[in-house]
Amino acid sequence: MAGCARIGENTMETRKPYEQTYYPPVPTKLTKFFRTNIFYQFFRFVVLNIKMLRMVRKH
Amino acid sequence: MNPFLYRRITTLCNCALLCSLLLKFYTVALDKIFQTCFNKSGLQNMARLLILGAGIAGQTAALHARKRLGRGHEVVVVSPNSKWNWIPSNIWVGTGYLKPEQVVFPLAPVYQKTGIIFHQAKAVSIHPEGDSGSATPFVTIEHTSESKSGQSENVYYDYLINATGPKLNFSATKGLGPDGNSLSVCTYLHAGETAKALQSLVQKMKKGEKQTLIIGTGHGNCTCQGAAFEYLFNVEHELRRQEVREKAKIIWISNEQELGDFGIGGMHISRGGYITHSKIFTESLYTERGIEWITRAHVKEVTKNEISYETIEGEEKTVQHDFAMLLPPFSGVGLKAFRKDGTEITTDLFAPNSFMKVDADYSAKAYADWRPEDWPKTYQSPLYKNIFAVGIAFAPPHAISKPMFSPNKTPIFPTPPRTGMPSGVMARQVAFNITDMMNGKAEAPKRHASMANMGAACIASAGANFFNGTAVSMTMFPIIPDFGKYPDTGRDLQYTSGEIGLAGHWIKHFLHYAFIYKAKANPLWRVVPE
Repeated sequence: MAGCARIGENTMETRKPYEQTYYPPVPTKLTKFFRTNIFYQFFRFVVLNIKMLRMVRKH
Repeated sequence: MNPFLYRRITTLCNCALLCSLLLKFYTVALDKIFQTCFNKSGLQNMARLLILGAGIAGQTAALHARKRLGRGHEVVVVSPNSKWNWIPSNIWVGTGYLKPEQVVFPLAPVYQKTGIIFHQAKAVSIHPEGDSGSATPFVTIEHTSESKSGQSENVYYDYLINATGPKLNFSATKGLGPDGNSLSVCTYLHAGETAKALQSLVQKMKKGEKQTLIIGTGHGNCTCQGAAFEYLFNVEHELRRQEVREKAKIIWISNEQELGDFGIGGMHISRGGYITHSKIFTESLYTERGIEWITRAHVKEVTKNEISYETIEGEEKTVQHDFAMLLPPFSGVGLKAFRKDGTEITTDLFAPNSFMKVDADYSAKAYADWRPEDWPKTYQSPLYKNIFAVGIAFAPPHAISKPMFSPNKTPIFPTPPRTGMPSGVMARQVAFNITDMMNGKAEAPKRHASMANMGAACIASAGANFFNGTAVSMTMFPIIPDFGKYPDTGRDLQYTSGEIGLAGHWIKHFLHYAFIYKAKANPLWRVVPE
């Protein structure tokens, strides 16, 4: 099982080739910023609610 | 004031008062006439709908049925618990973000308000043909309230909905569960105890001790990976909030073949120019949050500091822990069933896992032969047409994820989840079908609610905070993959999506209040969808 590196700790010690956490894609700083940006998330809140209502209407 | 105008206003007020009194009299008189005609003269016989269980499915069915049935019919609910629990929020109780009393409310006042008869009791046995004394079907219950504890009673019914939910089968794994060496968030009481254990662990970490936390599934046949997933990321978020994250090693252990399976075989979504499997996004989140994972594992034993598990390759392995929150496998609650002459027919009415057989195709099939049509549509028992089972209580025809076995023949794959949304939808449709039959509008169930033709929206919390919390928001259609209609991925990519962000946390918080509001049958409760 792999040892785990916190993303952003870019040292040789935390780079673990051939282990499970070496391969998955990780979000950039910009992606992480938008995940908790109030204005963008308010927009996503509206979009997600519409998506879910579409789903409910399909029943 | 002009005397003429004053007289006009007084006259108008008197007229309005008289009209309202007449209206009230008219309403009461109509009600009396209705009661007399339909209950006493025998134009329409009173019928009784009995619902076993008051969880998401049971409560949904009870409220809809009560609303659609006149006072000439009875709705009776039997539940061993005196409180209703919004189970999806238990994970927040398990981290201390919510208190146990914030996810429950007493059932009796709601039933009193809505005119539903309530017995705080557990169902013991079903007698669908009655007994030697009477041909009326009944269920034997055993009271669990303080005043009547241990007393048995027969509750007669015309229609029965089994919405008993699961038995938390901790005994399937040695040492599993709050009475053993692991914790749980399956009930609000378990979650409350788990929160205390977590806070005690945090105190140790604050003193500089390193701790290992293991979260996941406690058996090779578990379901509900989503709940364990939510708890995992909420714990990680809580440890960051308490500034002890670097002292914690967090490990996910699961019976899924790959991360992101969730018991539904995972799902594909269109993102960034690719059709991508949920495995990729889930692994990304685990890596981002520094969480290790063990998949394809059947937990065999939990001791105070060690978890033993078998891998899909058949290897026996162990992992050390200081804190383990492992979900148990589910089974039916163990209801028995008897014919009129006392012959036991439990195995006819129920599958071997004690879930109730309904209108599904239970013939043994290879994975390649699974079809969406295998899944039930009306949830009606094939043996007794007045018995239905909804929510977790019905027996699925097979898994959704591909069955996998170790070389020792140990099954290591998730059983199908039946989350709140599909449970609510099927409960509503079954309630509508039964009320139509009771009201004489139909002779057989007309409405369908197959999981193969139903979508689901799922919000999985990944950290609770109004400003920096996140949740994974997923939608999928259909729940059961249909490779005939959607050959590439089994699901409609227009309706299947997933993203992580603060908006998901807001939605989950909103749903917490909305569904508790609905379950309390407060005004306009029907506006809140299932």
